[in-house]
Amino acid sequence: MDNLTFGLTMLIVGMGGTLITLWTLAILIGWLTRICQSKEEGGSRE
Amino acid sequence: MSEAILNALTALGAGARYFVSPDGWPNLVMIGIALGMFWLAIRKDVEPLLLLPIGFGCLLANLPLSDVMDQDGFLRVMYNMGIENELFPLLIFVGIGSMTDFTPLLARPKMILFGAAGQLGIFLTLLVALALGFPKELAVSVASIGACDGPTVIYVSNLFAGLGKIDSSMVGALAVAAYSYMALVPIIQPPIMRLMTTEKERATKIPPSSNKVPKSALIFFPILVVVLTGIIAPKGLPLMGSIMLGNFLKMSGVVTRLTKASENEIANVSTLFLGLAIGGTMDGHEFLKSQTLQVFALGLMAIIVDTVGGLALGKIWYRLSGGKMNPLVGAAGISAYPMAARIVQVEGLKANHQNHLLMHAMGANTGGQIGSVMAASIMLAILKGLGLI
Repeated sequence: MDNLTFGLTMLIVGMGGTLITLWTLAILIGWLTRICQSKEEGGSRE
Repeated sequence: MSEAILNALTALGAGARYFVSPDGWPNLVMIGIALGMFWLAIRKDVEPLLLLPIGFGCLLANLPLSDVMDQDGFLRVMYNMGIENELFPLLIFVGIGSMTDFTPLLARPKMILFGAAGQLGIFLTLLVALALGFPKELAVSVASIGACDGPTVIYVSNLFAGLGKIDSSMVGALAVAAYSYMALVPIIQPPIMRLMTTEKERATKIPPSSNKVPKSALIFFPILVVVLTGIIAPKGLPLMGSIMLGNFLKMSGVVTRLTKASENEIANVSTLFLGLAIGGTMDGHEFLKSQTLQVFALGLMAIIVDTVGGLALGKIWYRLSGGKMNPLVGAAGISAYPMAARIVQVEGLKANHQNHLLMHAMGANTGGQIGSVMAASIMLAILKGLGLI
């Protein structure tokens, strides 16, 4: 594989992959905090 | 008798004769560099925890006829014990994880996007290094300086050194470049921040977050990150796994002794051994080449582009949110924690005395820590996919 193809593959898949993975993580963190919050609120009401 | 005394004196003078021989000057230059590291660490407080052991290892390895890096030399033993098998960087990561508080990130999850933008320097530097004719593996190692994360740089570069794809002396150059630039972040970032943002943008107040972070979310968070990394980029699991292990110990709240050991003894001993062993690889005959200077120049470029990437996303966010995001926060999307967040706070206060950006910047900064390790993990996964490792 020549250097240009390798570099562009790394740029597109690497940067794109990092962005998408962290965006997914941001969504999962949002869900996680909401689920934990509702559990804790439910627990304190009981 | 007189001949024996003469031979003994000749042996004692062998070191001095070596220094004045044509072979001696690279070692003399490296001893000068080691002294420079001592000066930076002691007088300028530049990363003393790393530069002192690295400098001392460099000094020991470059003294004439030194055998500290020979097969049974004590620095070689340390190198084999924890650098060759990438153990020390991972142990340091356990310590870093146990010192990091991800609460600001969990309160503002979107801040992690700055941690992605802050990795732009890695990938653009990789392109430039390849254009300069660097072999692929060395280009990836140099680009990883953009992770602003010493252990990541050492882990990635040493992986290639272990496979014989880059010279082991380059691991030392890369480590010194990474730690030096991390220490210089307070000097590198502010001019770029002022250049890329207007006074009005810098003065922007961000509405406070009303999100409360439940303790259970903080406990589950490291598990979530590890599982996600394992699914997407399993090659980076040792890196992410060790940082999240440290954080899991801390957040569980039930293993105070292990948390303290990770923060102190494990991190300190690993740092000392890692620094000495890395310094030991800095033999003048292998270290002093034009490629080393190029590595330093590219490392600087990587950190500048990281900052530009974060600020660019900050400016886009500012426009899309109708002026509710301060673009300066983007500059904190790198791994230099908590230094980058503090710089954002200082620059924000300069523009508006009522502007407290610290907690937002901490969110972006911890996002940058995860982002840098994730970017390195993804790079390794791609390299594996391409059959390069």
